[in-house]
Amino acid sequence: MATTEKVRKLAALARIRVEDAELEKFIREFDAILAYVETVSTVKMSSPESVEEEKPLLRNVMRADGEPHTTGVYTEKIVEQFPAKDGNALSVKQIL
Amino acid sequence: MTIVEAARALRDGSASRRSTVRDLWDACTAVAQAKNLELNAFLEIFDANESAIASAQKRIDENDASLLCGIPLAIKDNILIEGKIASASSKILENYRATYDAGVIKKLKDAGALFLGRTNMDEFALGGSTENSAFGVTKNPHDISRVSGGTSGGSAAAVAAHITIAALGTDTGGSIRNPASYCGVVGLKPTYGAVSRSGVIAAASSFDQVGPITKTVEDAKVLFDTIRGYDANDSTSIPDALQKVKKKEIRTIGVPRHLFADVLDADMLERFTSTIKNLGFEVKDIEIPSAKPALAAYYIINFAEVSTNLARFDGMRYGLAKRGDTLLDDYINSRTEGFGEEARRRILLGTFVLSSGYIDAYYRKADSARAQLTREFAKAFEEVDIIATPTMPTPAFKIGDKSDPLSLYLEDVFTILANLTGMPAISVPMGFVERENPSTSLGIKKQLPVGIHFSAPHQAEDMLFAIGEKVHST
Repeated sequence: MATTEKVRKLAALARIRVEDAELEKFIREFDAILAYVETVSTVKMSSPESVEEEKPLLRNVMRADGEPHTTGVYTEKIVEQFPAKDGNALSVKQIL
Repeated sequence: MTIVEAARALRDGSASRRSTVRDLWDACTAVAQAKNLELNAFLEIFDANESAIASAQKRIDENDASLLCGIPLAIKDNILIEGKIASASSKILENYRATYDAGVIKKLKDAGALFLGRTNMDEFALGGSTENSAFGVTKNPHDISRVSGGTSGGSAAAVAAHITIAALGTDTGGSIRNPASYCGVVGLKPTYGAVSRSGVIAAASSFDQVGPITKTVEDAKVLFDTIRGYDANDSTSIPDALQKVKKKEIRTIGVPRHLFADVLDADMLERFTSTIKNLGFEVKDIEIPSAKPALAAYYIINFAEVSTNLARFDGMRYGLAKRGDTLLDDYINSRTEGFGEEARRRILLGTFVLSSGYIDAYYRKADSARAQLTREFAKAFEEVDIIATPTMPTPAFKIGDKSDPLSLYLEDVFTILANLTGMPAISVPMGFVERENPSTSLGIKKQLPVGIHFSAPHQAEDMLFAIGEKVHST
């Protein structure tokens, strides 16, 4: 069952804040939603093998290392989106 | 006007009487601006791109143009067009300007298509009614007291209201087919991997696909044939060597009646049954035992992938940036103020189903259920060529009627099956049912469109177009 403490813990992990006014509503909804999604356990597996064995051979394909495009072609547009900058560098709070 | 009709108008007759690309653009923007105030289908109608209009006209005049050349299209707000805002209907991206073109936009630009505007959606494609947009609900053109469906509600409403010729949407659990059904238009979710998602703001990556929303099946095929194909920037897109157009003659339609026989309203069931009967194919009852609990599996995986994908929005490099005392406060403030209620709800639920004590009970169970469902569909397709259901259990509901999130999730019971298995699926209008109109005095009823839903084996989109055409013509 969802509790104030559990929802606050999840919010901290997910880096969001749940205001008090919303907390009670979320707790109520989560209980209903989780009770529903637990019905997934009623699925009867037709084959005894585990899912792991069925996974396709080709997985998590990564691009080969290399230059996907000429260096710098997107820099100006990306820098324009920065909330705070120093030249072409992104400014963030000092953490140490 | 359809894509095919507009393309003809740009070519037919003598040069002095024929429509120009400019005429078509002006006519489309004028009607879009006039009707959008009521519907809220477009978040933005773009200014004319003079050089694109001129070069499209040149290609048509030189007889060197595809059908889409010079045709203005509406684009869902989670698909990037370089230099334009792409907000996914979220406050956190309200002022974000795309730094590059999505794979599908590149292909459309190569074909000479124009972009009319960006359409409203549920925030980050989370919902089923466009009520979760940070910029207001999109109304249904058939009854403005009702929702347009979602999450591609703006695209479907714009096509249905004839304020765009055709549109692109994205489909994670039915987000193209659901609004297509509610608005009475055609919507295709292609095979997983058929269309590039490069430059599409991700919702749940193992489900997402881009697809067309159009007035006719013929138009859906024109758009799909243009946007499909391998893209090196999307590692899930199907390589050319594995691209197979599968088409066999349709003889048998499978109907998993056990899924809906006791839940549908009588008039919905009657519409479905008579539409199937009129097609003249052999109809076979089939059983997909895992189909009902598959909805639970879908939502577990959706929560998990959404919470993971939305973790990238932190107020640092782009988007809404709210500052506090510490760096952690910067993240928390930006995310809390930037995300709407449904996004926050799914982030929390996703964090829960993935957390170490629960991942076996939820996420891994859901993954197994998904594999089981895929096996059951593969088996069903040994017996039948196409599988049919209604697209949605009901016609469009009244705005505000499903404020409880679980009741809205349950609407997706038919559409999510194609996302879990990756198979292609299409929604085609199957007529109208009558429902009360709350905005007028008692006794006056409204005709609301409903859709029929077909799914086929992977890469068999052509079979869906064939059966869709048949529904149109019978």
